[in-house]
This record gives sequence, C-alpha cells and structure tokens, in this order.
Amino acid sequence: MARMTVNPKYCKGCGLCIAACPKKIIRFSVNINEKGYNYAECFDQEACIACKLCYTTCPDVAITIEK
Amino acid sequence: MQVIATRPKSLTDLQFTYCPGCLHGVAHRLIAEAIDELEIQDTATGVAPVGCSVFAYKFFDMDMAEAAHGRAPAVATGIKRARPNMQVFTYQGDGDLAAIGTAEIVHAANRGEHISVFFVNNAIYGMTGGQMAPTTLPDMKTTTSPYGRKTDDVGFPIQVCELLNTLHAPYYIERVSLLSPADIIKAKKAVKKALTYNKEGRGFTIVELLSTCPTNWGMTAVDSLKWAKEKMIPFFPLGKFRDRGEE
Amino acid sequence: MAKVLMKGNEAVAEAAIRSGCRLYFAYPITPQSELIEYMARMMPKVDGVFLQAESEVAAINMVYGAAGAGRRVMTSSSSPGISLKMEGISYIAGANLPAVIVNVQRGGPGLGDIQPAQGDYFQATKGGGHGDYHTIVLAPASVQEFADMASEAFELADNYRIPVMILSDGMLGQMMEPVEFKDPVTDEELAVMDKRHKDWCIHPKEEGEAPHHNEINSLEIDPSVLEQHVMDLDKKYKLIESKEIKVEEYNINDDNEMVCVAFGTASRIVRSAIDQLNAEGKNIGLIRPITVWPYPYATIANALHDKVKKVMVFELNLGQMVEDVKLAVNGKLPVEFFGKVGGIVFTPEEIKAKIEENL
Repeated sequence: MARMTVNPKYCKGCGLCIAACPKKIIRFSVNINEKGYNYAECFDQEACIACKLCYTTCPDVAITIEK
Repeated sequence: MQVIATRPKSLTDLQFTYCPGCLHGVAHRLIAEAIDELEIQDTATGVAPVGCSVFAYKFFDMDMAEAAHGRAPAVATGIKRARPNMQVFTYQGDGDLAAIGTAEIVHAANRGEHISVFFVNNAIYGMTGGQMAPTTLPDMKTTTSPYGRKTDDVGFPIQVCELLNTLHAPYYIERVSLLSPADIIKAKKAVKKALTYNKEGRGFTIVELLSTCPTNWGMTAVDSLKWAKEKMIPFFPLGKFRDRGEE
Repeated sequence: MAKVLMKGNEAVAEAAIRSGCRLYFAYPITPQSELIEYMARMMPKVDGVFLQAESEVAAINMVYGAAGAGRRVMTSSSSPGISLKMEGISYIAGANLPAVIVNVQRGGPGLGDIQPAQGDYFQATKGGGHGDYHTIVLAPASVQEFADMASEAFELADNYRIPVMILSDGMLGQMMEPVEFKDPVTDEELAVMDKRHKDWCIHPKEEGEAPHHNEINSLEIDPSVLEQHVMDLDKKYKLIESKEIKVEEYNINDDNEMVCVAFGTASRIVRSAIDQLNAEGKNIGLIRPITVWPYPYATIANALHDKVKKVMVFELNLGQMVEDVKLAVNGKLPVEFFGKVGGIVFTPEEIKAKIEENL
C-alpha cells in the first residue's frame, strides 16, 4: 500500500514529478490552486509503489509519500 | 501507512519563491533533510546570497543571515569565529560565488574555514533576468551575451571545484547534479557528507550542484534537465575532487 | 593603574581588548598597520580571534557576521580601505548590528598619501554607504581620548545596535602620549556580554531555550515594510541625537570676539594658537565636537552672542565640517574656513595668523 499526496498550496505545476514517475500515475489536475497553477495529482494510488522519485524531484517539497 | 517522505522540519512553511521547475527548491530540501538527519537544527545557521535564493533566510527554519553580494563566505567566517559551536553554511549562486565573490570563496577555502558552501551553478544570472555568468557556456546566448558568449572576448566558464582543488586546506570538494532523481539521490549524499564533516569539525567543505534555469534558458523544466545534462556536464564534470575523510 | 607611553594605534587596540572585544578582522594599511599588528600579538593572549582578511571588503563582512552573532567585534583601516568598507557599513546599519570601525585618516582622494588628514568627514558623517543611515562618529583629539573611545564605542554600539566609527587620523595613530587604561573586563562580564543580544542574534540554542529563527538581514522587498524599517532607524537616530552629543567648549564665554570650531588633531593646533592669542589679550573660544555625528549644532548656535563677530573653522581638508558649522550658524554671522590638504598639518603660527587676519 502506498500513497503520494500533493499539497496544492505548494505545487507550481512544473511537471517534473509527472516526468519522473515510473508508473505514469501523476497528471495535472483540472483544478487550479490559489496561485492559478494546475497542481499535480495522483490519479491511480493503487499503482503507487512509493518509489519516491516524485518526492525526490519536486522542487517545492509539495509531495508526501506514505507506505 | 506511515509517512516516509514529507517536508523536512528544517524548512519553514513558506512556499518557495522560485520559478516552477527551478531546482533551488530541491537543493534547499536536501540541505534541510541533512540538517534534520544530523539533528543540528538548533545549532545550524546559514548565510543567504544575493540572487534568486536571496530569500533563503526565510526558507530555512533556523538562525540565518543575509549577506551582501559575494560576501557570504566572509560573513560565514565571522559567524563561525564568533560562535564556533554552530554549523555554518553558505548557499550561493554562480554570480555570487564565481563573479563578485571570487576573492571571498578562494580565501575562505584557503584558510580552511569550518563552513560548508553549497554552490548552485546554472550557468546564468537568474534573479536579474538572465545575464551572462562566469559559468555561462561558450556561445550560450544570454541577455548580456546576445550574440553568444565569445570566448576570445570574455573567456571560458570557470570551474570552481577545479579551482579550489589547487588549494591545500579544503577538506571535501564534490560536484554533483540535480538533473534527474538518480542524480539528486547522489547529490543528497554529498550534501549530507559536507554537513557531517561540518558537524565533526573537519574543515572546509563545498558541494557544487549543477542546476537549471528554465525561465531564463527559455525552456520547460523537463527540457532544461535534458539540455543541462547534455551541455553543462562536459564543462562541469561530476565527481569527487577531494575527500580527506576517505584518504 | 599607572600611565604608559603608547602610540595611538596600539592604545586603541589595547583599550578595545580591555573592553571585551574578542574578534578583530582587518587588512594592513598605512598609517594604521600598528593596530592590526598589535591585535595579531594580543588577541591570541586573551583567546580572542585575530584574522587578517584578504581585503577590507572581506574584513567588514566578517565583522557583519560576528556582529550578527552578537559579539563585540572591531575592524580598522585608513581612508582608501574605509571606502571599501562602505557597502558593509550600510548593511551593518541596515541590519541594526553593533560594531566598531576605526578610521585612521590619511591624505586623499584616491590613493592619496600616508600623512594625516581629515578628508573623510563627509564620508563618515553624511554616510559613505548608500541609503538613509547613520553611524555614530567619535573624533578623538589625543591618544588618551582615542583609547577611551574604544570602550565608549562598544557601549554605544551595543546599546543602540548601531555601527560606531572612531574617526582618527595618522597623527593620532602614530604619536605617542601617556595613556591610562581602564581595568580589563572580567570573565563574568564577558559571559554577560556574550548573551546580551540573544533575543535577536545568531547563536546556538541553549538548554531550556525555545527554538529560534533569528534573521540578520537588511532586505525588505515589501516597500511598506521597508518604510517602517527605515522609520524605525530614524527614531533610533533621533534618540541618539537627543542623548549622545559630546562636545568640548574651550574658553567659551560672554566676551568672545570670535568662536573657532575644529575637531581631532586640527583642534589641538587651533587650541595652541588660541592660547597664544588669548595670552596677548584677545578672547577667542574653541568649540571642539567630540561626536561629529550626532553633531553639536545647538552648542555652536548658543555660543554666538552679540559680541562674537565671526566664526572660523579649521580642518585638514578642503572644507567639510564647515558645512555643519554653517548650518548651526544659520546665516547669523560670517563663517570663514581655513584648511590644509595633501596630508599636511597646519602649524599654530599659521592658525594664529589666519585668526588675526580675520579679527
């Protein structure tokens, strides 16, 4: 069991986590945060393996990984 | 389920003011993680530069000093000599460290000051809008080298690690990159090693972190990683130049 | 304790150490190299930090760092080196840090020469660095006063969180006069000094202390916040102006026919000339500012009763402090100036002649 959560407050929609995810389970949300960014979100938590590559590359420390 | 990765304690809650995709935030996180792991948040203090990371003093949750452009190693020297049982680090960009601050970094390194320098090299001046840096690559176009950096006029990129490696005193010198998750994991080891040596009072440590500037390079964050890997690494080879702890 | 015969440069260094200064960063420059050399010998004896920096720029930034860490720290230089420090001094003032800077002035501008001068008055009092700030400026006129100003400077710096400059010159730096020193601070007093600024300075968290995030900084990117910050500095400066003016009145009385104003080394020569003239039956007074920032405008204005016909200002420059005298006089009387440049010091005979010309 694993979960990656993006805190929309910090996300700037840079897309680095999307590119880094080996399972390709992160996408830009259709929603925007207060700053107007389409923040990243995981759309298939079941497939998450907690590899932490998204956390590693996120420059805004917006991601929390649970396992 | 347990949280296995989240915001380090040693970062404040403020959102970083960096551009989307700028790797400064990664560098900050690595330093904060290392400070958490080494349990030195109460005795660590950093010196922020002038440049994109001028607000670093707001992002690290510990005593911090803002320095004049290029002067961080001298300010760090003053702080460390005044409070010897603190772990002092500087965080500097390529203008701050390799242009206006060349004298200060060379002499702090030469004296073997017990500080850790984190040098973020992205071959350009970000904060002021994309001007040429001492580390700008040959033929690279910037706002002050609009026709490309002409090496017969303004020379070649400065290799700071190689330069400092000619000095006797430095204890640990390594160049790493933030250009992929795998690289970032290696970079973390270097950052933690520098701060570990710092905590153990071993001497001067510097980690140069190759980074990107998507905004001023005119690329997406993902493309800038590719560009940097291809173009910067030949001029700034990764590796450990010196590690007295492993001798 | 007994008086010792000492050179000004060394006396101020000794006095600084006795006042609890345990960090000194500087670069050699004539005519103050004896100061740095004295510190090099003596600081290690009190387990202090002596560091010869790579430049005056590096030195003032080391001062900024150590001051930010809440400890008594000093630097010294001479005119061209002080110019290099101006950026750092602006930052120290902007960040509300205590520090002591000694300027042993020499002939300028540019590289100038190595002889005594007072050409840095504007730089010192009107802010050689950028922005709205002041440093307290103390102007000694004897080796004893130079030494005494070390402890005064540290006290003022710590009380107000402000850089304090001791505006000396090559004559005072090089000459030897008898000096009596205060007793050195005790270890207990040093320990108290070390913790004095804990509420704002960089320091390791102690047992029982709450975690802190103190920032040493002069950047305020939000204009309304910067405005508040600068207005707070202004409040501080006005408080200092109301409380810390120091001035000497020499033979100022209700029958003065002329009032002279001079500071530092120049004032000694003017005093000799005045003594000769007064012995011959004249009545000339001398006002000697001891703080040149804050400046004793009121003292000068109050000395100008109806019998005073003229004010004369004597400086070792092209005319700098004379502008402050004119502000004090406010058009009431003519203000004459006589100066000497090139690092040359005028003689009592020259001053006497100039005064007589103007009587």
